[in-house]
Amino acid sequence: MKVLVAVKRVIDYNVKVRVRADNSNVDLANVKMSINPFCEIAVEESVRLKESGAATEVVVVSIGPKAVQEQIRSALAAGADRGIWVETDDTELSGLAVARLLAQVVRDEQPGLVLLGKQAIDTDNNQTGQMLAALLDWPQATFASKLEVKGAEVEVTREIDGGLQTLALTLPAVVTADLRLNTPRYIKLPDIMKAKRKPLATTSPAALAVGPGTGVKLLGVTPPTERRGGIKVESVAALVDCLKNQAQVL
Amino acid sequence: MSILVIAEHDHHQLKSATLHTLAAATQIGGDLDVLVAGSGCQAVADAVAAIPGVRTVLLADAPAYAHQLAENIARLVVALAPGHRHILAPATTTGKDFMPRVAALLGVNQVSDITAVVGPDSFRRPIYAGNAIATVQVEDPVIVATVRATAFPAVATTGGSAAITPVPEVFEAVRTRFVSESLVESDRPELTSARIVVSGGRGVGSAENFALLYRLADKLGAAVGATRAAVDAGYVPNDLQVGQTGKVVAPDLYIAVGISGAIQHLAGMKESKVIAAINSDAEAPIFQVADYGLVADLFTALPELIDSI
Ligand SMILES: Cc1cc2nc3c(=O)[nH]c(=O)nc-3n(C[C@H](O)[C@H](O)[C@H](O)COP(=O)(O)OP(=O)(O)OC[C@H]3O[C@@H](n4cnc5c(N)ncnc54)[C@H](O)[C@@H]3O)c2cc1C
Ligand SMILES: Nc1ncnc2c1ncn2[C@@H]1O[C@H](COP(=O)(O)O)[C@@H](O)[C@H]1O
Repeated sequence: MKVLVAVKRVIDYNVKVRVRADNSNVDLANVKMSINPFCEIAVEESVRLKESGAATEVVVVSIGPKAVQEQIRSALAAGADRGIWVETDDTELSGLAVARLLAQVVRDEQPGLVLLGKQAIDTDNNQTGQMLAALLDWPQATFASKLEVKGAEVEVTREIDGGLQTLALTLPAVVTADLRLNTPRYIKLPDIMKAKRKPLATTSPAALAVGPGTGVKLLGVTPPTERRGGIKVESVAALVDCLKNQAQVL
Repeated sequence: MSILVIAEHDHHQLKSATLHTLAAATQIGGDLDVLVAGSGCQAVADAVAAIPGVRTVLLADAPAYAHQLAENIARLVVALAPGHRHILAPATTTGKDFMPRVAALLGVNQVSDITAVVGPDSFRRPIYAGNAIATVQVEDPVIVATVRATAFPAVATTGGSAAITPVPEVFEAVRTRFVSESLVESDRPELTSARIVVSGGRGVGSAENFALLYRLADKLGAAVGATRAAVDAGYVPNDLQVGQTGKVVAPDLYIAVGISGAIQHLAGMKESKVIAAINSDAEAPIFQVADYGLVADLFTALPELIDSI
């Protein structure tokens, strides 16, 4: 079985993003960019599927400008076999636009399983995997914390608001990774060197015959209302007094 | 112009997230229809019918909807979509699961997690873990959006008398099979709607030590929350995680115990009215957002706190 995994280049999760002074967008000039943490988990899971024999090949795909090749390379260093770069200048593609492009890649590649992150930590959309599944008319399991391929099915445990739910999907299927699915491995230097020689194909929306479609227009971006730190209290008694008499929440 | 809202419930009771979603719908304006899809969920439909301002309750009652499988709910919503300009659901794990599927089947975008209604087609939503707020305008003929419950008030639950219309079509996907569910049972208030939340982090140190937080919570009638670190370490189940990738809460009082205050955690609780923090490290970032900070060892502070209230 071939596994396709979609990765997104995003701001590194340790960086605190700032809004541009003109409120047009956030300021991404000179900030550290990384692979979206949930995508990293999806990559790790697909590599583990290959190591366990459940998968035969892991193909990683990313959509965006040239720089996304870095994230494809880091997925290759983590153990993916080859990469597909869908070249677009647009860094603000909607979830639907990404899903449409991924759907076309899936039709060409015919994987048995597609893994995505549950959420990109820049847009916090949490929608692309579900949209992809809908466009393909495939079953889906979002927010996966456990995944097991069992014959013609994949059994997935999902983190839901009330606890955990387990579903069995008939392959091919789409699964989105949550944080507790696994802990990604540490990538060693020789793996990075090896990844440089792995194949990386380039394609484009035009080559995939996917038009731009309608969008969601960004009218502006503002900073959140800042919360100012309050006071330090000296004792538990002082804390209780403040909560009771000043804040009146007890 | 009318709006279709998908109710969240456990087949017996309506979840409060629906009431907040209806408030967002009311701000958009238009006739409100509410879909109740479930199995043996007449009581939920009755509850929705009593909400003032609801025009029609669409009741899809069938075993196929027992587990709210995205494949089935999405098909049902798409079948009911014609005539509605907006389709809204709470941004819970259920809504997040099926709504993007609805959007894609309709060939439109989804606006996730809206926190304000600017106009009928423009909304505000947090991005980058809430470190920026985007204002977006949707260009699609149908607007599909999920609603962050804590950003909107709850609508009233009595006084209305909407008609209940059964929806006979049943959509049942054959390639998704429900296997099992382990839902955490608790007598404490629900995390996302509790007036007070007591939350613990890695500093709490173990599952056994979390008993201290439960004791405090029970004294206060509060819900218990946690950080990702506390969940990952196995101190508490995953459904307690608060943050960018967990639940979003905005109680009157949030008590953070042994929590450093990472941006991913703050994303889920910084809209709380009052934040109190107990941490042994005076430099912990949580103090930058806390209204009341106590620099102390939680193992001495918590028992004292429990005794003094
Ligand atoms: C993609 C991504 C998504 C994430 N999503 C979330 C999310 O949704 N929610 C979330 O919470 N995190 C999330 N995280 C993790 C987040 O970055 C932090 O790692 C996490 O919030 C830290 O949890 P903590 O504060 O419990 O632990 P730590 O950062 O380890 O803090 C423990 C604190 O306890 C204090 N302490 C220790 N002992 C005591 C004592 N005896 N008395 C008092 N204080 C004590 C310490 O001083 C310290 O400040 C996410 C991370 C990533 C990468
Ligand atoms: N530009 C992109 N290229 C490749 N994969 C993407 C892209 N955008 C989103 N994805 C995938 O979709 C997941 C969810 O993203 P989102 O729905 O935007 O929160 C990500 O974790 C990726 O797996």
